[in-house]
Amino acid sequence: MTITPRAMGVAVDRFDGAAKVRGEARYAYEQPVDRPLYLYPLTAAVATGRIADIDCGAASAEPGVVAVLTYRNATRTAAIEDGELRILQSDEVAFRGQFIGGVVAETSEIARHAVSLVRVDYEERPHDVELREGRGDLRVPREVQPIFPMDTAEGDVDAALASAPVRVDQTYTTAWNNHNPIEPHTTIATWTGDRFTFYLSTQGVNGIQAAVAALFELGPDRVRVISPYVGGAFGSKARPHADVVLAALAARLVPDRPVKFALTRQQMFSQVGYRPPTVQRVRLGADAGGRLVALAHESIEPTSKLQEFAEHSTRATPTMYAAPNRRTRQRLAALDVPTPTIMRAPGEASGMFALESAMDEMAIACGLDPIEFRIRNDAQRHPHFGLPFSSRNLVACLREGARRFGWDGRDPTPGIRRTAGWLVGTGVAAATYPVLRLPGSMATIRVGPDERYTVLIAAADIGTGTWTALSQVAADALGVRVEQIDLRIGDTAYPKASNEGGSSGITSWGSAICEAADRLRDELARHGGAVPADGLEVTAAMPENPHISRYAMHAFGAQFAEVRVHAEIGEVRVRRQLGVFAVGRVVNPKTARSQLLGGMTMGLSMALHEQSVFDPRFAQVVTQDLATYHIASNADVGAVEVHWIDEDDPYVNPMGTKGVGEIGIVGAAAAIANAVHHATGVRVRDLPITLDKLLPAA
Amino acid sequence: MRPFRYERANDVSGAVALLAGTPNGAFLGGGTNLVDLMRLDVARPELLVDVRRLTSDRIEELPDGRVRVGAAVPNSDLAADPLIRARYPAVSEALLSGASGQLRNLATTGGNLLQRTRCVYFQNVSTPCNKRDPGAGCSAIDGHHWDLAILGASEACVATHPSDLAVALVALDAVVLTEGADGERRIPITELHRLPDREPHRDTILQHGELITAVELPPLPWATRSRYRKVRDRASYAFALVSAVVVLDTADGVVRDVRIGLGGVAHRPWRALVAEQALRGGPATEERFRQAAEAELAAARPLPGNAFKVRLARNTLVRTLLDVNEGRR
Ligand SMILES: Cc1cc2nc3c(=O)[nH]c(=O)nc-3n(C[C@H](O)[C@H](O)[C@H](O)COP(=O)(O)OP(=O)(O)OC[C@H]3O[C@@H](n4cnc5c(N)ncnc54)[C@H](O)[C@@H]3O)c2cc1C
Ligand code: SF4
Repeated sequence: MTITPRAMGVAVDRFDGAAKVRGEARYAYEQPVDRPLYLYPLTAAVATGRIADIDCGAASAEPGVVAVLTYRNATRTAAIEDGELRILQSDEVAFRGQFIGGVVAETSEIARHAVSLVRVDYEERPHDVELREGRGDLRVPREVQPIFPMDTAEGDVDAALASAPVRVDQTYTTAWNNHNPIEPHTTIATWTGDRFTFYLSTQGVNGIQAAVAALFELGPDRVRVISPYVGGAFGSKARPHADVVLAALAARLVPDRPVKFALTRQQMFSQVGYRPPTVQRVRLGADAGGRLVALAHESIEPTSKLQEFAEHSTRATPTMYAAPNRRTRQRLAALDVPTPTIMRAPGEASGMFALESAMDEMAIACGLDPIEFRIRNDAQRHPHFGLPFSSRNLVACLREGARRFGWDGRDPTPGIRRTAGWLVGTGVAAATYPVLRLPGSMATIRVGPDERYTVLIAAADIGTGTWTALSQVAADALGVRVEQIDLRIGDTAYPKASNEGGSSGITSWGSAICEAADRLRDELARHGGAVPADGLEVTAAMPENPHISRYAMHAFGAQFAEVRVHAEIGEVRVRRQLGVFAVGRVVNPKTARSQLLGGMTMGLSMALHEQSVFDPRFAQVVTQDLATYHIASNADVGAVEVHWIDEDDPYVNPMGTKGVGEIGIVGAAAAIANAVHHATGVRVRDLPITLDKLLPAA
Repeated sequence: MRPFRYERANDVSGAVALLAGTPNGAFLGGGTNLVDLMRLDVARPELLVDVRRLTSDRIEELPDGRVRVGAAVPNSDLAADPLIRARYPAVSEALLSGASGQLRNLATTGGNLLQRTRCVYFQNVSTPCNKRDPGAGCSAIDGHHWDLAILGASEACVATHPSDLAVALVALDAVVLTEGADGERRIPITELHRLPDREPHRDTILQHGELITAVELPPLPWATRSRYRKVRDRASYAFALVSAVVVLDTADGVVRDVRIGLGGVAHRPWRALVAEQALRGGPATEERFRQAAEAELAAARPLPGNAFKVRLARNTLVRTLLDVNEGRR
């Protein structure tokens, strides 16, 4: 079932790199279309209530305005479950900033100006937007992935905690984070005759196709979605959001004319989801030998009233450490806010900040080195499922990282290293991410007598290099050179593919391609080994993986950080980050390294900077641009070293890969917070670690 | 963005006249602030008068030792100018700590001084703001306090002035040259920007249609011993949470003279006269520096969400005094 690596493992330059650098790669919004119109949205100015009246007179009269869209003239869409997509169906307002209409005009400037001329009167209702621990209406989220239950329990946690000689009981919080890919969400929607064509920036053309088909009650064959290049996504482009629906509704009003729609940076803060803030309580109990006897991790988060989403921040916990008594609990409060969504390592990124900070606190409480403490508590079998791991190299990552980082001989005493006014400290944290495979991918392979292989799959490359890496997989699956492969992605005209998400792309799409390659070999054998004159074509679906029920499949890693904290001013500078990962086979060392490095950088950003300030009075993120929502700048990023260990896992998939897109962010914030503690003696449990938290009190 | 007219006047008096006749018009420098605000619908001028070619884009030394900077000099040119770097290094440091290379290439000296606050409610037309809309109320006082003022604020407005350059210039007693309908004026920069009191919509004392033509730096030989220290939410490309400029003249461990400016703390670039007074003639010691900083900040009235800025401003000022005194860059 495994394929032999020849192209895999080679640092092939990304195929689209040069075109992107030269500006020749045409992104969705830049596709040449005939006689385009431009859409600008009208957004709700209250958090909850109903629209009492809309006066579009002045906007309609503006020269260049072609249509003004409101719930009054919008196409009635089907009552699908995802309330986030059911816009313009009534006069109700569910959150501030929600799309309640739009103007379609000959230029984007006219459209934007005309929107400011629309007068809306509201009947406002009081809104409920505050996440608090004591809320009576906290609920257990619906299970999205039954293999990771929302709540888990084993043994008697309370009794074990009560009798444990060493205890840690702390609450950690993470901030509201917003996705800010360079390319905002963009769409060109055209309604012609009885069908839609979309160019858009997405992590999954088939997901968009399915949502639009369902909403407008069309056969999927009447919705074509093309996503040529994607300028970053981080999860915001994984599921369809209301921007696509608004563009589609607008296109319905102006048949045959392409409607172009790009969100502004400000709109990105309310329209495309976000990583919800979390409040997490972690309780650990250990015996005198530094072995965990109890572990409880509880998280509460907001979701919207429109559509449930849970940042499953306790998800990684039952995978990490062997404690006989364990409990995880996940609770949600449904508020009058925009709907949160997946953002790079949803769950793990926030949850492992809490767990790995608590592990550091516990190591200190036990008087143990934090690496040694983790090694003592490493799980041999999956603590929750009881299954062996297909491969688990957390300890190897910690050891290799310690060696490369220069951890040995570290004095654990906090607050004693100083250089030129800066306090110096080092920290470590573990990382993990599950090997996910999403169902539903198919691939077609065509070969002609010229021995060129065309591989078709509606997969997505969101800037990660997947297009290139997947071509390497195809080459090895077929036993040919990469140059013989012409892989095409990003179009619903190709066989259906699962979304890009959960670091599952190579696993899911690669498995489908391997299966198709097998079939093609069978076909070739049937033709006596030679490609017939009119070529061959096969299509295959991703097969089941029989090992899934026998093994727990996870990637692991170890994150190290060295920080300096200004002793008088509290500024934090991360001098070094070092990550060692066990992610199975690395298909393309160059693009994989970029993914891990990007993840670690995003983790630094999450640790020190990223925070959407939500003003409850206005029910709105008020830091809604890149001058107030800070992302790590180049100057914030120190030396970043990325390593991986050789890991041969025959069970995960035919390639032996585990996914590299997300694990890089996991644990990075905890490593930095732990290093800040080592530097200063101050334990910051609330992200981001801003300088006010480290400024000396006197 | 609303429709507007764009004009390029031929001479200063023409530009001034053009704008004087259009109450709802504005001068356009590099546009790096004004055009953003127009996109956000915060600024709604019906006429833009481009003044980049009207005022000088040169930096010249006058016979008496003053240095005159034309209003159109780009921030990047001003920062890189050898004369400025040699005589007023804090001006160069302040500029280079601000914005980005691309923005500094476009931004002008005049426009930089008149850039508007970054208060998030000011920039968001869906939230009330007295500065944008007099009498509407201030959303910030009970809102997000992080970037707000701790000195000189009023009940009407607690915003800060965002310019780094202006902080260096107030410490150096620069003079702003203007030309308006009533003729030419020389305005000490310490008097250019206002405190908000009951009229936060007025950032400065300039009249409508009054054009900044140049900025003059008086000779100050000991300004070579100066430093601009900026504290912000990340290492680069962010506005000051707090900044301090210190120009220090000492002899035998005694402060002969000193100039101090603070940024990020008030509605205007803050000249720290109380601290200066406390330091002059006294020993150049950490203890005295701290007492002086505390004296200056005794008037601070922070909000719950930015109380830390008082300590931050104090520590930043003390650290900058120490660094300049000890010759550290
Ligand atoms: C992302 C970003 C980050 C930034 N970071 C910083 C920072 O860290 N520190 C900092 O100090 N600044 C920062 N800035 C602000 C930047 O310095 C200002 O936008 C710039 O200096 C304004 O100059 P301008 O010539 O572009 O002004 P414009 O935008 O053209 O004009 C600004 C104002 O001045 C008026 N005006 C312009 N010229 C004249 C004149 N000659 N006479 C009278 N009125 C005039 C205009 O009418 C307008 O009201 C940042 C800006 C951005 C966009
Ligand atoms: S602080 Fe000033 S600028 Fe900010 S909202 Fe209040 S009045 Fe407006």
